[in-house]
Amino acid sequence: MRYVDEFRDPKTAKAIAARIHRDVDPNRDYAFMEFCGGHTHALCRFGLEDLLPDNISMIHGPGCPVCVLPVGRLDLAIELALSRPEVTLLTYGDMMRVPGGNGASLLSAKARGGDIRMIYSTTQAVDLARDNPDREIVLFAIGFETTTPPTAAAVKAARAAGLNNFTVLCNHVLTPAAIDAIMTTGSEQTRARLDGFIGPGHVSTIIGAEAYQGAVDKWGKPIVIAGFEPNDLLNAVHRLVNQVNRGGAQVENAFARAVRPGGNAVAQALCEEVFSLRDSFEWRGLGTIPASALRLSDGYQEFDAEQRFALTYTSKPDHKACACAEILRGEKSPVDCKVFARACTPEHPIGSCMVSPEGACAAYYLYGRYRDIKRTNEPAAA
Amino acid sequence: MCLALPAEVIAISGEVATVDLDGVQTPVSLAFLKDVTIGDYVVVHVGYALSRIDAETAAEQLAIMSGAEIQAHEGEPA
Ligand code: SF4
Repeated sequence: MRYVDEFRDPKTAKAIAARIHRDVDPNRDYAFMEFCGGHTHALCRFGLEDLLPDNISMIHGPGCPVCVLPVGRLDLAIELALSRPEVTLLTYGDMMRVPGGNGASLLSAKARGGDIRMIYSTTQAVDLARDNPDREIVLFAIGFETTTPPTAAAVKAARAAGLNNFTVLCNHVLTPAAIDAIMTTGSEQTRARLDGFIGPGHVSTIIGAEAYQGAVDKWGKPIVIAGFEPNDLLNAVHRLVNQVNRGGAQVENAFARAVRPGGNAVAQALCEEVFSLRDSFEWRGLGTIPASALRLSDGYQEFDAEQRFALTYTSKPDHKACACAEILRGEKSPVDCKVFARACTPEHPIGSCMVSPEGACAAYYLYGRYRDIKRTNEPAAA
Repeated sequence: MCLALPAEVIAISGEVATVDLDGVQTPVSLAFLKDVTIGDYVVVHVGYALSRIDAETAAEQLAIMSGAEIQAHEGEPA
């Protein structure tokens, strides 16, 4: 596939890895957080950490929308689908098997009679609302900035079509806020080790490279935006090493083939019209973060499922055995969780990080990285 | 969830493009991307085109990655 295969060339991967080995300072450790769960999967799938010098550690970040959604928000959706027979709840497939409170999931709620359907695109949501005027179509919207514009487009389309049976249960969250949270709520130890971030590629097609300037200025850590192919990631690690070596803290766009400095202005304008900042929002692992998520804006209140169905959010604890919270803060690695690959597997997940295709636990499980992986809190060179 | 794939635009009709996604023809909304022409590659996510892939930039990046030692930022002082 064009723009995929070229960036997977093994010879090039070796050449970049050789440059990393050449340029690392053997007298120090490096720790970089790949923010995005898609990057975590690429690292594991292609075994990229094996190509890196021993004194570079990758810390897996919170950029997995399914993972960071707290139990209480998922339970809102499950309860809505079960308590309102007129509701058809639409969700992306990733969410179906995530355990909510008491081990329930959207899948088990569907088995209990809830009308819950998987969609691939929000365009289907609008079509369903149009075709089923007697049903209340509710889009369970989750995701970072990549997935927000498609939700906004559906809301606009529903208004244009005069649909009054379409609402959104909005859980869209913001990447820069999560980076701030890592730097403020994460453990002292993790923060002290962290030398820089690999910025999410697809989120950045929307928000643009410039969106990270604030974080770089505030925290003094370099951010290199990367695509999702193995050589993109190795190249980003190389650029981070070079920045760290010269004491730099800049935003570098290493995914410039798809990411523009200002991002996608059309999508941004649409999101600004349809959504407003929430005062605060609870994240799994990162706690309640001010101004970190979106709600329907004042002009679009009639599309807000929380208003229409008078939903009130209650915070609920994670499963006691689950270490997703620490993993999402970069404090632990999946192998640090006692139930990893024992009681918790993709077939019987205990936490969200084992379900999502972007979750760190799923990545370790799928690609067998748990066999000989370094524990997160051990400095690499120790 | 945030995963997206590059796909070639093979037809455009109004705000909807048909893309070739690894051999499968799929409709994709151009609601966020106005300046697309047939033959362009776009980044596709949940049925929407998010950005256009710049062929020239991609080629430059490949050349740098595959061994050209001249990397503009390399060895530069801060
Ligand atoms: S292995 Fe399972 S229980 Fe442990 S942190 Fe991961 S998702 Fe949670």
